Amino acid sequence: MTHHPADFHPALRVLHWLMALMVLVMLFIGVAMVSTTGPLYPELLALHRPVGIAILILVVIRLPLRLVTGTPLLPDDLPPLQKLVAKASHVLLYAAMIGMPLIGWAMLSAGGYPIEVTKRISLPPILPHDLAVYALLRQAHTVVALLFFALILAHLSAALMHGLVRRDGVLRTMTVGHGGRIMPATADIPATTADMDAPTTEVRPADATDPT
Amino acid sequence: MSFSLKPARKSLAPFALIAGIAVVLVAAFAWAAGLLGPQRIDGGDVVRALDDNGGKHPGYRRAHAKGLCFRGSFTANGAGSVLSVAQAFKRGSYPVIGRFSTGGGNPLATDGRNVFHSMAMLIRTPDGQQWRMGMDHTPIFPVADVASFVALQRATTPDPNTGKPDPAVMKPFLADHPEVKAFQAYMAKAVLPDSFAGATYYSINAFRFTDSAGSDRLVRWQFMPEAPLNGLDKAHLDQLPRDYLFDEMIRRTARAPSRWHLQLVVANPGDVTDKATIAWHGPHRTIDAGTLTITKVAAEETGGCRDLNFDPTILPAGIGLSDDPLLAVRSKVYSSSFNRRAAEGAGPSAVGQTLAQEKAR
Repeated sequence: MTHHPADFHPALRVLHWLMALMVLVMLFIGVAMVSTTGPLYPELLALHRPVGIAILILVVIRLPLRLVTGTPLLPDDLPPLQKLVAKASHVLLYAAMIGMPLIGWAMLSAGGYPIEVTKRISLPPILPHDLAVYALLRQAHTVVALLFFALILAHLSAALMHGLVRRDGVLRTMTVGHGGRIMPATADIPATTADMDAPTTEVRPADATDPT
Repeated sequence: MSFSLKPARKSLAPFALIAGIAVVLVAAFAWAAGLLGPQRIDGGDVVRALDDNGGKHPGYRRAHAKGLCFRGSFTANGAGSVLSVAQAFKRGSYPVIGRFSTGGGNPLATDGRNVFHSMAMLIRTPDGQQWRMGMDHTPIFPVADVASFVALQRATTPDPNTGKPDPAVMKPFLADHPEVKAFQAYMAKAVLPDSFAGATYYSINAFRFTDSAGSDRLVRWQFMPEAPLNGLDKAHLDQLPRDYLFDEMIRRTARAPSRWHLQLVVANPGDVTDKATIAWHGPHRTIDAGTLTITKVAAEETGGCRDLNFDPTILPAGIGLSDDPLLAVRSKVYSSSFNRRAAEGAGPSAVGQTLAQEKAR
């Protein structure tokens, strides 16, 4: 499947927003369930595990897809440090998406718990029963969750900065995209305006990255 | 578009919007975490109440801290299958690991106290499912909800001067909680088993059993001992050796296995199912589902039960939670207790200490 090289692959965009919702829901379920002894506790716990495993499955599909389909270039006028931070934050986001479900799975294994995804489906343990290891992973599950939430806030704020303040088209690479629009759009804009205002940020050097 | 990069068009509105979104998300997260909005009782609150009552004993279970591991099997006769599709009810024999314990948070407490005798258990079935239970030798529990449980811990916290609960706190608490008063009256009269093997162990809460036709029934269960029930002399409890009950069970099991019959008691219409404080009286449809046989006991250090959480909401398909809110409480509080003692590192058990001393002699 081909896509506009200035954008993330459409499948990645769908996965991104689906997973964004799931991850946020997961984080909210997580803190809600540990903070209550109410009747919702078992229900939230029963929801937490299948959603966590679904996230793990989706990220296992998403990461290779991202590596194969490539990443749109960041605007040339973005300072190198910001580019580096952007790249690093993506690495950390992927690490958290993969790490959180795996820590949860490993933690339940080390705690001697059944790893019940649904009433009928259980996963095998991935670590031997060991209380000290459990304690460590249980801590890690909380700490990484809080860092993950902070990372998501930073990621979201940065994306909105691109979309609302810089208006450099970066947000679009993950939303509606530029595909099929940018070229005619450029043609529509009077040549003088386009030349003056948007030479490097909005219009990507499509020919440079187009695999065809 | 890049037109907005022109300084004249710059406005604070986008920044305010972005900050606003971040603040709303953080606030929602804090609300979900219970930091904003109405106060919630979490597992930590209950564990703290237990610690305040019984003293801090890092590395041990916060309740029922004194224990002994056991192993054996549950042999199902197949009769339970009319109530639940759980494999544990299909004719066959399934391995069991469990733990006897006495109530309270002190892992080295004396057995000469009028407290719960408890049996926790985990049955594994070949379909990969687990049934975990935490049972007491009383058919009823003193409180029906978590707020009352925390209040009970506070009210019964011993006064450091007298070693007994402060009557100024206890009196108004009992006035507010007639169910606790009723439980105390029951405990005062009830036989205190002189052996773990002679006690009947009750599920405490009701559970939802689902049969192969998909019909649900609310069920309480009990393990009825084959050994006769004899009582301890409550007037002279303080004269018992510290580990009387545990030593008795070790000696008994060395001689012969102990057996119980699992009886499933189906709720009648009108039975209270959401309050563990209320017993079910009168005739009930009762099914003998099989026999529990305990063949081995061992100190917690070696018996394999210490590092398990006997969370009674870990149930096989075919058994689910009832409308009893205490089940969620137990699950969360057991989990909090488990997390804490895991982080603290386990200490030696009373029985383990005695056995080590005997070996050293």
